Amino acid sequence: MEINDFISNFAAQFDETDASEFTANTEFKSLEEWSSLMSLSIIAMADEEYAVKVKGDDIKNATTIQDLFDVVVSRMN
Amino acid sequence: MYNPFSLENKTILVTGASSGIGKAIAIECSKMGAQVIITGRNETRLKETHSLLTGEQPDYVVADLSNKEDLNSLSKSIPNLNGLVNCAGLTIPKPFKFVTQDDFKTIMDINFEVPLFLTQSIIKSKKMGKGSSIVFISSISGVSVSYIAGSIYSASKGAINGICKGLALELAPNIRVNTVIPGMVVTNILSEGQITDEQLEEDIKRYPLKRYGKPEEVAFAVIYLLSDASSWTTGSNILLDGGYTLL
Repeated sequence: MEINDFISNFAAQFDETDASEFTANTEFKSLEEWSSLMSLSIIAMADEEYAVKVKGDDIKNATTIQDLFDVVVSRMN
Repeated sequence: MYNPFSLENKTILVTGASSGIGKAIAIECSKMGAQVIITGRNETRLKETHSLLTGEQPDYVVADLSNKEDLNSLSKSIPNLNGLVNCAGLTIPKPFKFVTQDDFKTIMDINFEVPLFLTQSIIKSKKMGKGSSIVFISSISGVSVSYIAGSIYSASKGAINGICKGLALELAPNIRVNTVIPGMVVTNILSEGQITDEQLEEDIKRYPLKRYGKPEEVAFAVIYLLSDASSWTTGSNILLDGGYTLL
């Protein structure tokens, strides 16, 4: 999986934040639109797109999108 | 001793008795003197609940009630009942946008269809007579509030509250039908880890009584509804929420 693919799926959960704001280094929890619904949406997205179970604690421990991407990649297959 | 809440000489069927609220209901009802028939899908856990019951109790029944054959054979095999507690339930926490038809079917099946058709099957087989009581474990979600990633769960519980009213009307005056609508109770229902402990801690702060409910506290309300103490109560919802819906 390419990180760009993950970033675009990540960005697709947001309605107000412009897609151009999302990069591997984006500290997503600092985004104004970040919320508990977003957290659950990212978990559901990872399940739907990559068949990977991400936990709430993984989101808590991640700072950047890259951090989450690494978690997802490590659990694929 | 004077005790209008006694369940002596009552036979009660509890579904979902292998864990959580159903387990506590089975145990507490047995302590109140009831004969408790417990059913659930997981034999190991059902056996554990059975071992915790007080007094000489009937055998447990392993059954997957979403399977029509299991459901019908359960309602055929049981003796006459004075009480039925529909407790089996689950949730799949997902934002609405991600809910699949399979998620929808699973949640509605276990939370709504199964209690509905089990109740119907028991009534049709005339296993519940005059003075008996049916209790549905519903929720504040779908009745007065909801929560993030719980839309279908809320829908299933709202549906339960609707059916309770209809049944209460149709089954009167012989059988009473009520629900208990708890706020968050400490069980394994959210054990998949989508929600962090920190998020739960934050949520607990929103309860005026500063904690989630205990399964036994739900059981005590159920005992009231099963006992003759509530013989003029039908079609009602008993709210147990630590004050959550006050705010």
